[in-house]
Amino acid sequence: MTESEKLKTTALHASHLACNANMAEFGGYDMPLWYPSGTKAEHLAVINRAGLFDTSHMAVITVAGDGAFDLLQHGFTRDLRHCQGKSGGPLTAGSSVYGLFLRSDGTVLDDAIIGQLGAERYMIVVNSGMGEVVSDHLRECAESEVKITDYTDKLGKIDLQGPASARILQTLLGDPEQVLDDMGYFNFKGDIFPGGSDPLELKDGTRVILSRTGYTGEFGFELFTEKAQVLDLWNSLLTAGEPFGLLPCGLAARDSLRAGAMLPLSHQDIGDWLFGHTPWSFVLPWNSAGDGWTKTFIGADQLQEGSRDYTYGFAGYDPRKIGISGDSEVQDDSGAAIGTILTCTTDMAIGRVAEQIFSSATPASKGRPDSFQPRGLCCGFIRVERSCEVGEQVWLVEGKRKLKVEIRQSIRPDRTARVSMARMRTS
Amino acid sequence: MKEIDELNLPGDIYYSKEHEWAAKDGDIIRIGISDYAQDQLGDIVFVELPEPGTHFDRDEEFGTLESVKAVSEIYLPVSGEIVAVNSELEDAPELLNEDPYLNWIVEVRPTDIDQYDELLSKDDYVAMLKG
Repeated sequence: MTESEKLKTTALHASHLACNANMAEFGGYDMPLWYPSGTKAEHLAVINRAGLFDTSHMAVITVAGDGAFDLLQHGFTRDLRHCQGKSGGPLTAGSSVYGLFLRSDGTVLDDAIIGQLGAERYMIVVNSGMGEVVSDHLRECAESEVKITDYTDKLGKIDLQGPASARILQTLLGDPEQVLDDMGYFNFKGDIFPGGSDPLELKDGTRVILSRTGYTGEFGFELFTEKAQVLDLWNSLLTAGEPFGLLPCGLAARDSLRAGAMLPLSHQDIGDWLFGHTPWSFVLPWNSAGDGWTKTFIGADQLQEGSRDYTYGFAGYDPRKIGISGDSEVQDDSGAAIGTILTCTTDMAIGRVAEQIFSSATPASKGRPDSFQPRGLCCGFIRVERSCEVGEQVWLVEGKRKLKVEIRQSIRPDRTARVSMARMRTS
Repeated sequence: MKEIDELNLPGDIYYSKEHEWAAKDGDIIRIGISDYAQDQLGDIVFVELPEPGTHFDRDEEFGTLESVKAVSEIYLPVSGEIVAVNSELEDAPELLNEDPYLNWIVEVRPTDIDQYDELLSKDDYVAMLKG
């Protein structure tokens, strides 16, 4: 395994190996693809109970100093003055927002979640291997004094995802009401960075940042802690989660969960091409008329000219999928090539009854038949050269293999990410 | 993932380079995938089976397995006609992960029985896996 010797590892690497995880390279790290329980069980655990992910490969940067707000307001696609809730309030301490860092040509450098730690202090979570790239990019863009620090190798991150997450987490909290009750979607608590005045401590004294975010479309949390504490935190969460059916989950389940939730994978679904017509145009600072921007930002001029291609989510009719290779393409009904496949995976929690997609989490009151047993549906994203209607059928083709899929606005129904904390703590 | 010495590889059947197994039963040969194959693939979520009566040549693709990770072709280790398919796999593809030997995929009437003896013994297969 000379290959893996060159890869970076997280603080949990030995633990993954010890429990026989199937490991693979991802973003320069040797990461678990799945554990012995298998991807399907892991995927379903997150939908119906809870799953635990090692996401320490993701990079964490802080930006602090008098020019921090101006730098991010110019360098990030969201308008930090108008990005919170339906009313479009400003980003405030303890809240975070998803968006993009674009290059000046309008292509995507990376996607990110920016959280405000305090006045002129922000934490930024970007993708594996991107800490240095995004830090360098921000330094080049900075016009005044800001301090940009890459904490990636000093921190670990664990994602606790699924409807039982709050009930698991609260067993580790001294005062769960105080910590959780007012924690809305994309809120976070705790500041473990130097200069932070408000750390969040678990019952056992572990200092964490607790963020109500994730990459599965389901209710849950991301927990950041110092690297030396990661293994203990992982084990505490696994133990606390045992009565709830918590499973450790690998990257394969993470990929199928996020695709079913219509979330893009950076450098695969968005990337080194002009960001244009996509399901994620909400990341741009649209004005109320929807015809321009509320601020100037890097890449804006190129976006205004408009992209000539279209990205759509799709779902198939059974679990079969198409391998993505140089030979794979998207075809219309006449067999003409109209684009490429960006992501193609299987969401194993969903299935069709007649034409309608149900999830194993769909309540019977919403029409899920008692006998519903999901076999999974192929889903993902395509990038095509013409606009398509929702409901339109196109073909994914690789060699002689051909699958019919449907353009969708949403794929897995009844996701829990935004369900209220009060309901999730008690149900 | 399993280490090679943790794999369940019965000694009384033959293996192919593409990780199928073959077991002779009278004039019929049963075909499945090895423990190595199912372990590498991870959860199998869909099995595409051929029509009974179809003829395939040796090493020809006769179906596909969809795992969470990939789409994998399955190749017939001996030329012949498909006489039966294990249709249980259509509703329960995970049976291939649970027991890849009990849960065969197709039965073949070989056109050249000598091809069976040209397959890999357990020892040859293990040697190949160890590279």
